[in-house]
Amino acid sequence: MADAPMKKDELAKSIQRKDSLFPGGVEGEDWLGSKAQVRPGNFCYPAKAEVLERLNFPNPRKWSPEDEDWNLPENWKELIINGLKERLDKSRTLKLFMDICVRCGACADKCHFFLGTGDPKNMPVLRAELLRSIYRGELTRAGKILGKMAGGRTLTPEVIKEWFLYFHQCTECRRCSVFCPYGIDTAEFTMLGRELLNLLGVNINWILEPVSNCERTGNHLGIEPHTFKQVVESLADDIEDITGITVEPTFNRKGAEILFITPSGDIFADPGVYTMMGYMLLFHHIGLDYTISTYASEGGNFGSFNSPEMMKKLNGKMYAEAKRLGVKWILGGECGHMWRVVHQYMDTLNGPADFLQEPVSPITGTRFENARSTKMVHIAEFTADLIRHGKLKLDPSRNRHIRATFHDSCNPARAMGMFEEPRYVLKHVVENFHEMPENTIREKTFCCGSGSGLNTNEFMEIRMRGGFPRANAVQYVKDRHNVNTLATICAIDRATLSTLMDYWVPGTRVTGLHELVGNALVMDGENERDVDLREDDIDEED
Amino acid sequence: MSFELNGKSYETDEDGYLLDLDLWSEEVAKFLAEKEDIQMDDKHWEIVNFLREYYREYQIAPAIKILVKEIAARNEMQKKDASAFLYDLFPNGPAVQACKIAGLPKPTGCV
Repeated sequence: MADAPMKKDELAKSIQRKDSLFPGGVEGEDWLGSKAQVRPGNFCYPAKAEVLERLNFPNPRKWSPEDEDWNLPENWKELIINGLKERLDKSRTLKLFMDICVRCGACADKCHFFLGTGDPKNMPVLRAELLRSIYRGELTRAGKILGKMAGGRTLTPEVIKEWFLYFHQCTECRRCSVFCPYGIDTAEFTMLGRELLNLLGVNINWILEPVSNCERTGNHLGIEPHTFKQVVESLADDIEDITGITVEPTFNRKGAEILFITPSGDIFADPGVYTMMGYMLLFHHIGLDYTISTYASEGGNFGSFNSPEMMKKLNGKMYAEAKRLGVKWILGGECGHMWRVVHQYMDTLNGPADFLQEPVSPITGTRFENARSTKMVHIAEFTADLIRHGKLKLDPSRNRHIRATFHDSCNPARAMGMFEEPRYVLKHVVENFHEMPENTIREKTFCCGSGSGLNTNEFMEIRMRGGFPRANAVQYVKDRHNVNTLATICAIDRATLSTLMDYWVPGTRVTGLHELVGNALVMDGENERDVDLREDDIDEED
Repeated sequence: MSFELNGKSYETDEDGYLLDLDLWSEEVAKFLAEKEDIQMDDKHWEIVNFLREYYREYQIAPAIKILVKEIAARNEMQKKDASAFLYDLFPNGPAVQACKIAGLPKPTGCV
C-alpha cells in the first residue's frame, strides 16, 4: 500500500479525541478572516503545466500550494467574479443553493471529512459558505453595503487558497444532501468551486491528467488501443487457465448488439481486473452478442469532477462510438461517478440518444424502463434480471471462503437509487452476507474518503481520516460476523477501499460484485474449480 | 524537483519520478534505486529491463497482474511465488519502486 500518514493508533486516537485539524481554533477569531493552512498531506499536487497545455486550460505553470505566491493571472479577481456571475445566470439550482440555505447545521456532522478531521470548514454548510460569502460580499447589494453583517466578505488570494483546500476536501459524495431539509446539493457547490478555480489554473493533477489521457486515448490511464487489447486478452488467458473456458471478447466490432463500457481501472488495476474477468465469464455464460471499444475505453468521467465542458466531451465519446458501431444499446460496468453523469447529466449534455434502441435484455426480454432515454443499462440491474429469470447457473458455495458485506458506492446509491439490485445479486452468489449498520449504508452510505479524483498518495492522511467512518462500520461487522470481504460496485472504491482496509481493517479483501458472480458461475465444460478468480484456494481460511 | 548526477541535472515530479524518460540510463537507475534503499542485482535488472521493454511496446507500465505472470513464466514459478518474489525485490511495491527505477511515469485514474 501507499505511504501511511502516521501510525494507525496515533491517527485513531487523534480522531477519537476529536482533534481539530484547524490550528488556531475559531475562538475569538472570525472564520471569515482565518487563513488557509497548507501543509504536506492536506493537499493534492497541482496539475502539471503540460497537462493544462494539452487541455487548453488557462495559466499553465509550475507551482506548489506551499508557495506563498500562486502566480494567479493578473486579472484573477475579475475572472472569478465574472465566472461566478455567468454560472449563476446559467444554473437555476446554483442560484437557489446560494440563497436558500438557512444554516440550520443538519448537514454538519454528516460529512466523513468533518468526522475525520474535526475541521469546521469541512462542515458542508461552512464549506459552501466559503463560496456563498463571496457571492454575498461581491454580488449582492446587502452584502456589498453591510459586509460581514450580511455574511459577506471580499475576494482575496487567501480565499482562493481556502477554496483550493476545502473544495478538494469534499468527494462530491452527497451524503450531506440526504439530510438537508432544502435538498441542497453540496457536490454542485464543490464542482462549481473547482470549476472557478480552473479559470485561474488552480487545479489538481490527479483529476486533470486522467482527463487529458482520456481525451487523447479514450481512457483515464492513457492505455493505447493495442495495449488495451493485449491486457484484456491476457485476462482472457487467465480465465482459461482457471476455468478451462475460452472467452473471446471482440473489440470495436460493428454490428454487435451491445457495447460494453467499464472503467479502465477494471482493465488495469488490482483488484478491478478480477471484476473484468467476472464480466467476461458472465457474457460467455449467456452468449451475449457484445463488443468492447478501444476508443470509448473508459466508463468513468473525471471531467465531471471539475469541468462541465470536459464532462460533456468525455461522455460524448461513448455515444459517438455506440453510433459508429451501430449497436442497439450500451451496457455499463461497475463504476461510480459514471452513473451520476449518465443518470443525471447525460440526457441534457449529449442526449437524447435517439439513434439507439430502448434497451431490452436479449436473454430475458426485460425492457429496462429506467434507461429508456439514456440507452445505458447498469450491469447490476442487468445481472439481477438474469438471476430473477433463472438464466444463470450459480454455485454460491464456490464463494464459501467469502463472508461479505456491501459498500454502497455514493453515486450509484445516491444518484440513481441502486440499492436492491446489487444486494439481490450478492445474496445469490455468496453464502454469507451481513449488512453494516443502517445509518452507514444505502442512501446514508459513507464515502470511501477518496472519491472525485482525490485518490492520490500525497493526500493519504486526509484520505485515511475521511475514510474512517466507512472503515469503522466494516470493523463493526468484522467483530460481530467475522466479515472478511467488502464488495462494491465502483472502480475508485476498489482501488481506494483496498488502501483504506489495509490501513484500518487489515485482512479485509475488497471485491467487485461481478468478481463474486464470476466465482459462482457454473460454466458448461469447465474444469473442476478449487480456486477463485484470484487463484486463491476456496477451501483455505484466511 | 530535480537531482544532480555526474554533473548533469535531472527533473523529477514531486514523488521523484523522472520527468524526461529519454534521460534514463543505468547510472540514473542505480541512483534512484539507492534512494529507495535497493541494491540492484541481476534479478532487479531483469525486472527493470522488462518494464522498459513493455513500456516501449505498449506506452504504459504493465498492469501488476501482467508483470507477475511474466516473472512467473521467466522463472518457472507459481504466480503466488512470483508475486512474493517481486515484493521481496521491491518491498514498497513494484508499481511504486520498480517503475520509478525504470524511469516510467506513474499511472493515474482509478488505480
